[in-house]
This record gives sequence, C-alpha cells and structure tokens, in this order.
Amino acid sequence: MALIDLANPSRFRALADTLLPWLGIATIVAFGVGLDQALRAPDDYQQGATVKIMFLHVPSAWLSMMAWGLMSAAALGTLVWRHPLADVAAKAAAPLGAAFTLLCLVTGSLWGRPMWGTYWVWDARLTSELVLFLMYLGVMALWQTIEDPTRAARAVAVLTLVGAIDLPIIKFSVDWWNTLHQPASVFRVGGSTIDASLLAPLFVMAIAFTLLFFTLHLAAMRNEIMRRRVRTLMMLQAQAAGGH
Amino acid sequence: MNALAALFARDIRLAIRVGGGALIGVLFFLIVVTLVPFALGPDLALLARVGPAILWLGALLASLLTLDRLLAIDHEDGSLDLILTAPVTLELTVAVKALAHWLTTGLPLVLAAPFLGLLLNLDPTATGAVALTLLVGTPALTFLGLVGAAVTVALRRGGLLVAVLVLPLTVPVLIFGVAASNAAIVGPLRFGTPFSILCGIALVCLVVGTLATAAALRHAMD
Repeated sequence: MALIDLANPSRFRALADTLLPWLGIATIVAFGVGLDQALRAPDDYQQGATVKIMFLHVPSAWLSMMAWGLMSAAALGTLVWRHPLADVAAKAAAPLGAAFTLLCLVTGSLWGRPMWGTYWVWDARLTSELVLFLMYLGVMALWQTIEDPTRAARAVAVLTLVGAIDLPIIKFSVDWWNTLHQPASVFRVGGSTIDASLLAPLFVMAIAFTLLFFTLHLAAMRNEIMRRRVRTLMMLQAQAAGGH
Repeated sequence: MNALAALFARDIRLAIRVGGGALIGVLFFLIVVTLVPFALGPDLALLARVGPAILWLGALLASLLTLDRLLAIDHEDGSLDLILTAPVTLELTVAVKALAHWLTTGLPLVLAAPFLGLLLNLDPTATGAVALTLLVGTPALTFLGLVGAAVTVALRRGGLLVAVLVLPLTVPVLIFGVAASNAAIVGPLRFGTPFSILCGIALVCLVVGTLATAAALRHAMD
C-alpha cells in the first residue's frame, strides 16, 4: 500500500484497527520481558538498586528526542506534500513527546536525589531536556490556539522545523555553558561504560518503550481523525440548521 | 528594489510615529534594570557581577514586547495582504521588515545599554563587551521573534503565546551573549571564542528566521 493511499481516512482507520491489537500485544510482551530482566539485573556496585531507574529514564530520554524527529518528518510531509495524514501524525506525536520528556525529567530528578543529593541540578542534559519540554508545550499550545486544523498544521510545521534546527544548537550551547559553569564534581555518570548485564535489559526496555510509543501514536492518530470527522459533521449540521 | 525601499521607509516611519516609537522599548528596559536592585539589594559588587546577565535579560524581554508590531498590526489593517501580493520575493520583504524593526527596537536597546551599565556599576570594559554582544545578539532575537510572530499572525490574542514559543529558541543567544560579556570581565576564557559563536548563531538565525517566516506567511495567507 503506497503512502498516498493512506490519505484516505477510512483506509487508514482500517489499517490502524488491524495493526493496533498486534502492536498492543507486542508492547505488553516486550514490557514483560524487559521489566523481568530489569528487576533481575544486578545492582550497581556504587549506586545500588537506584540504577534500575535507568531502565525507565534512558528509554524515555531517547523517545523524547525521537518524537521531535517524527514531528519534523511529519512537518516536511505537511509543507512539501500537503499529506493530510502528516498533520494528524504531527498533532498526535506532540503530547506523547511531551509526556516522555516529562517522564524523563521526573525519573531523572528522582534518580538525582539519592545520587547527587538534590532533585535538580543544572546539569547539561537535564537542562536541555527541560528546554525540549518547554518547546513541546509551546507546540501543543499553538495546536490548541489556531482553530482551523489545516492552518494550525502549517504554522506548527514551520515552528517544528525551526525547532529541529535550533535543538542541536541549544544542546551544544547548554553543554558548553555547563562545562563552563559547573565543576565536574557534580556530574557523575555511574561509570561511562555500562556493564553488559545492565545493557541487555536496557535494550529490551528501549524496544518496549518504542513499541508503546507507536501503539499510543497510532491510537491517537485514529482518535484525531475521528475528532476531525465529528468537527466536520457538526459544522455541516450547524450549516443545515442555519437554513440557507 | 524600489518597492523594498518604500516598505523600509514606511515601516521606519510607522515605528517612530505610532505607539510611543522606539522609546517605549527602551523605557521598559530601563524599568527592568531599575527593578533589579530592589529585588537583589543595592550591593554594588553583586550588581557588577550580575550586571551583564541583567542587561541581557532586560533586552531579551524588551525585544519580545514589540513583536506584535512586526506583523500582527499589518495583518489587522490589511496592509500585510497588500505587501504579500507585491511582485517581490517574499523572503526579501520579510528581511526588510525585520531590518526596519531591528533598527527601531533593537538598536535603541543596544545604544541604551551603556547608560544602564552605569546604574549597575559596570566598568568601561564590561559595558563595551555587553554593548557589542547586544549589537550582534539583538538581530538574532529579532529574526527568531519574527518566526513566532509569523506563525501566530492570524491570532487575535497571540501576545503571550509568541513569548512562550520564542523564548526557548533564544537559549543559545542568551548563553553566548552573557558568556562573551563575562569572558571580557572575569575570564578565564578569551572574549573572542564565545563571541564568534554568538556571531555564528546570529547568522544562522538570520537565514532560518527569514526562510521560516516567509514559509509561514505563505501558508497562513492562502
């Protein structure tokens, strides 16, 4: 099936309906295996059991960046090909990206409390995740504010692409700022090389998180399509009731 | 070319004559700087240490305030539609508008910075460094703000939203602006390193801001 066929909302919904149960099952299985492995994984020699936060923290950090990448690809789809599904994909991805970024920030600060002695430090990675979170909220606010969905999609697409260019610069400048301001004593990763016994569960958890993301994304896209149909129907109804 | 010059002259004239002109931004800048000692206390040594940061934050906020004048007012009275239909490349039109905007809102902030530096007990080197970084940094802020103004152009109440959208994007400009100023005052870094990065970021903002604004306007108006 070509990508252009999916522009038909009914066809996309049929595809989503067939895919969703399988994706859901795959997600549950991956989480089952991943959590089991994560719980059995040995404690870190320095950090003890708190190292298990990593299995939630690191995959959500990866996904927080992947979601913006997906939104940027969708933004190109909106601006260049005007693919109607790209709008929907971008809109559905924004709250998910924000949620994973928030999850990353929360788990990070819970991890920071026992390790660094404080919930928040102006560490480079924490800071750039925070800025990313603010940008997700800005994109969501823009989606909410512009009423017409296609017009909103184009404005958001431009903003998303500018963000995609700016995000690496922000990351770079925050890293630079951090090395200048913060002594290296605060920032201490639990060993730069992660042991294989921790790496395998992390990998499985990353797959589980990615599957979860795509399950939720597909469901959110389906919901958004239905929401738009409801909107169109209500406008038609209002037009009919207006009596022209 | 003629049309661009006419647009430039019109924007400058409007900015000077309508709505308090350039001075209102400078006045806001002055008030922000005046408020800081009330919050921090009148300790001159402390003020000199945080002075560059305060000047940069004040300039950042002041340049945000005037963003609604950039496109939204033209959209309201319909002149933006006329400007868009003119047979001139839209990117050039946008760049000219941004230049006129910077000359009337950004440049006055740069010129005011040395005087406000006196209030914050900055020595001449520090004042010069802050003014120089602002001279390079405020165009970057204008072009980033332009994107925010363009994506919210059709909204009636876009004011706060523009700030929310634009401020996260300005993080690099703020970091390197303040870093270069501080490098000139206390070191240990040489002024040139962060300053050249700031110049680079400003050039990127100029290109990206112009292209993105033109794209956003094209899509918003059709």
